Amino acid sequence: MGLIERIKTRLVRTRTALSDGITGLFRGGRAMDDALLGELEALLYSADLGPLALELIEDLKRRHTRGEVRGEDDVRASLKSSLLERLHVPLGEYAPTTKPAVILVVGVNGSGKTTSIAKLAHRFATRGHTVLVGACDTYRAAAVDQLAIWAERSAVQIVRKEEGADPAAVAFEALEAADVLAYELVILDTAGRLHVHKQLMDELKKIQRVCAKRMEGAPHEVWLVLDATNGQNAVQQARMFTEAVKVSGLIVAKLDGTARAGAIFRIQRELAIPVRYVGTGEGKEDFELFEPAAFVDAILAG
Amino acid sequence: MFETLSERLGSAFAALRGKRELSEQNIEEGLQAVRAALLEADVHFQVARDLVERVRTSVVGQQALKGVDPSQQFVHAVHRALVEFMGPEDARLVFAKTPPTVILLAGLQGSGKTTTCAKLAKLLRDKHQKRPLLVAADIKRPAAVEQLRVLGTRLGIPVFHRPGLAPAEVCAQGVREAAALGRDLVLLDTAGRLHIDEELMQEVAEIAARTSPHDTLLVCDAMTGQDAVRSAQAFHAHLKLSGLILTKLDGDARGGAAVSLKAVTGAPILFIGTGEKLEDLAPFHPERMAGRILGLGDVVGLVEQAQEQISETEAQAAYEKMVLGSFTLEDMLAQIRMFRRLGPMKKVLGMLPGMGGLVDQIDVDDKKMNRLEALFTSMTPFERLHPDCLEMGRRRRVARGAGQDVAAINELLKSYKGMKQMMKEMNKLGLGARFGLKEKREALKGLSPDGDLAAPGGGFGLESLLGGGSASPPEGGLAGLGGRGGMGGLGGMLGGGRPSRPMGSSATRQSGSKRKKDKRKKKRR
Repeated sequence: MGLIERIKTRLVRTRTALSDGITGLFRGGRAMDDALLGELEALLYSADLGPLALELIEDLKRRHTRGEVRGEDDVRASLKSSLLERLHVPLGEYAPTTKPAVILVVGVNGSGKTTSIAKLAHRFATRGHTVLVGACDTYRAAAVDQLAIWAERSAVQIVRKEEGADPAAVAFEALEAADVLAYELVILDTAGRLHVHKQLMDELKKIQRVCAKRMEGAPHEVWLVLDATNGQNAVQQARMFTEAVKVSGLIVAKLDGTARAGAIFRIQRELAIPVRYVGTGEGKEDFELFEPAAFVDAILAG
Repeated sequence: MFETLSERLGSAFAALRGKRELSEQNIEEGLQAVRAALLEADVHFQVARDLVERVRTSVVGQQALKGVDPSQQFVHAVHRALVEFMGPEDARLVFAKTPPTVILLAGLQGSGKTTTCAKLAKLLRDKHQKRPLLVAADIKRPAAVEQLRVLGTRLGIPVFHRPGLAPAEVCAQGVREAAALGRDLVLLDTAGRLHIDEELMQEVAEIAARTSPHDTLLVCDAMTGQDAVRSAQAFHAHLKLSGLILTKLDGDARGGAAVSLKAVTGAPILFIGTGEKLEDLAPFHPERMAGRILGLGDVVGLVEQAQEQISETEAQAAYEKMVLGSFTLEDMLAQIRMFRRLGPMKKVLGMLPGMGGLVDQIDVDDKKMNRLEALFTSMTPFERLHPDCLEMGRRRRVARGAGQDVAAINELLKSYKGMKQMMKEMNKLGLGARFGLKEKREALKGLSPDGDLAAPGGGFGLESLLGGGSASPPEGGLAGLGGRGGMGGLGGMLGGGRPSRPMGSSATRQSGSKRKKDKRKKKRR
C-alpha cells in the first residue's frame, strides 16, 4: 500500500481541519469574496503553514481576479499546485554509494528518532542490505534497550555500550565493526537534544568528527527527524541542526495523526533540505518514501 | 530567528506616535502584527482570532497614557489578554482526602510522559512530602518500562509493573499496591497514543475508569503546532482532563500551544518542563508564558531562581559591600560564583526580556566563564583584596597563570572599575533602601502598569565581559517596548522597574551587574 492509500484510509476517520474547513467554507454556494478568503487564510494556518498561508491567499486572490479560480474545486486544485511547486523533487530510495555508508540520525527529544531508525533498518534489511545500528543515545534511560529490542525484531546487529558512555566512542566502534565485518550500512542513533543547547550540539559535531576520523567521508548522510505535530519551531530545529552538523535529509515522523508538518514548506524553501522518508504508524513497516503529491494530498485531503 | 512581537510592532506603531487615543483605525496594523506574532508562536488560529478581538475591545477608546508610548500600552493590553487566556495562575493538583492520590499522565508519543512522570514524582516528594509510587503502564513502546525503572532507581522511588497484564490491570494493581505499601501517591505512566486511535483512546479511558484518578493530566510538547487543539480536544473528550503539563520549554519554541490548550480544554496548565534533568519541572505562570509568547522574557522566573539559589545572608553581605564601596575583586569573584549557581548561562540569559531568541546567537558557553574565573584564581588573595596593586608585572604573572594574555586581565579590571563606579553612583543616589521580596517581585512582574519593561540602562552590557559585541541585542529589540534604549547589563535588567525604584536588593542586582554566568556543571552527560 502506498503512502496515498495508507494515509487516505486513515483519513476516512481523520480528515484534516483544513480539508473539512474548505468544504465548510463553500457550503451553501458561498461566493468567493474577501471574507471567504480571509477565513480560508485562517484555515491554512491550521496546517502549520505559517507565513506561507498569506502567500497562498495572495496567489488565490490574483487567480480569482483573473477568473481562473471560482469554486471549491478550483481552490483545491490551485492550492495543490501552489504547494506542490514549493516542494523539491524527492531523491527516491536511499542507495548506499560506499561500503559501509554511514547515516547519522539526529533530532529533538521525542521526535521519533529511535522508531524511525528501527524502521529504516528494517527497510534496508528487507531490501537485502546488511545493516548495523549504533546506539549512541547513551543518555536517555533505557534508550539503548529500546533500540536493541527493535534491532532484534528486524534481525539487524547493534553496537552498544553502557549507559553514560561517550556517544562518539559508540559511533567509532560501530564504524570499526562495520568496516571489519563488511556491513553495507551503519545507522547511528543519537540522544534527543533541543537545538538551543550548545554543548549538546557540540557533542553531535564531535560524533561527526570521530566518524570522519575513522572513515573518510563518514557520516555520509545526516538525517534530521522532525515530529509532524511540531509547529513553526520545526523550522528553527532544521536551521540549528543544519548549522551544527549539515543535515542532508529529513524524516518526518508521526504523519499518521492529524498534523501534517506544514513547516516542511518553509524548511524546503529556506534550507532546501530534501525530505526522504515519512513515518506513518507504529509498526516497523509504517515507513514510506516521501512523495510530494501524496504529501500535499494528505494536507488538502480532498 | 523569529521576529518578536515588539519588533513587529515597532513599525506598526510608528504611526501611533503622538496620537491621543487608541482608535479602531490606528490600532488595526498593530492588531495584525499581534495576530501574525501569535500565529508564528503556534497559537491556534481561532484562538488567536479571539484573542485579537479581546485586545481590540479592550484598547479602543483608551486614552494614551502620559509619558507612555502607545505601543507599550498596546503591548500591555496584549500581554494582559494572553494572561487571562492562560490563567488563572493558582491551579493546583488535587490530593485525595484518603490516600493514595492517583495521577494519570496521558499524551501523544514523544511528548515526554515518562520523563515528566519521574520529574513530577520527585517534585511532589521533595516539595509536598509525598511518598510516590510510579506505575509503568506503557507496554507498547519497547523498553518504556525499563526507562521508568531506571528513572525510579535514580530517584529512589519504587516502580510498579506486572509483565503480561493489560495496562488497565497494571494500573489497578499498582493503585492497590500503593495502598499496601503505604504510598500516598500513585503516578500512572501510560503509553503514548494518537488521539485518533479509537482503540487506544478506549484503553486509556479504561485505565481512568479502573483507577478513578484524582488528577488526569495531558502531557504536551511545547513545540506542538496547530494540531495541539485537536489532540487536546480528543484527550479531553475521553478523559476529562484536570490539568496540563507543557514540556520541552527549555527550547526556543514560543509555546503558543499553551494558549490553545487552555482555551479548548479549560484545564489549567500546572507545570512546565524546563530541562533534561529530573529537577527541571516548574510551576506554570501565565504571566511568564505570555512574556515568552510575545518575546518579552521571564524576569520573574530569574528572580525566583536567584532567591532559591542565593541565600539572604550571602546577598546581604554582597549588598553591603557594594553600598559601602568596599567592593573588591574577591567580592566580584564571589558574585560571579553566586550567579553561576543560577544555572547554565544560556538558561539564565534566556529568561531576560528580549533575550529569548538571541540566546543561541550569543556565544556564552561555560568555557568563557571558566576562563574568567581562572583569571581570578590566578591572583593571590592579597591581589584580589587590593586590586590597585595589580601593576604590569603582576598582571603578566596572573595572565600567564591563567593561560591568557594581559588584555584579558585589563578587560576584567575595566569591568571591575566600572562596576565599582556604578555602585558608587547608586550609593550617591541613595539607593540603599532595601525592598522586601514581595515588592521586588511586584516590580519585576513583567509589564508594570505603565508598560515600562526596559531597564534603566545599567551600563554594563553583556558584551563587556563576554568580549565583543556579539552579545548586544538587535536594534529595537526592547526599545519598542521600553523605549529607553535597549538593555543595560544584567544588573539593569534584574533591577527591573523604573529608575526611581530600583531594587536595592542585593543578590539579583549585583550579581547581575557583573554578568557572570553559568554553572560548574557544563556537561550533562
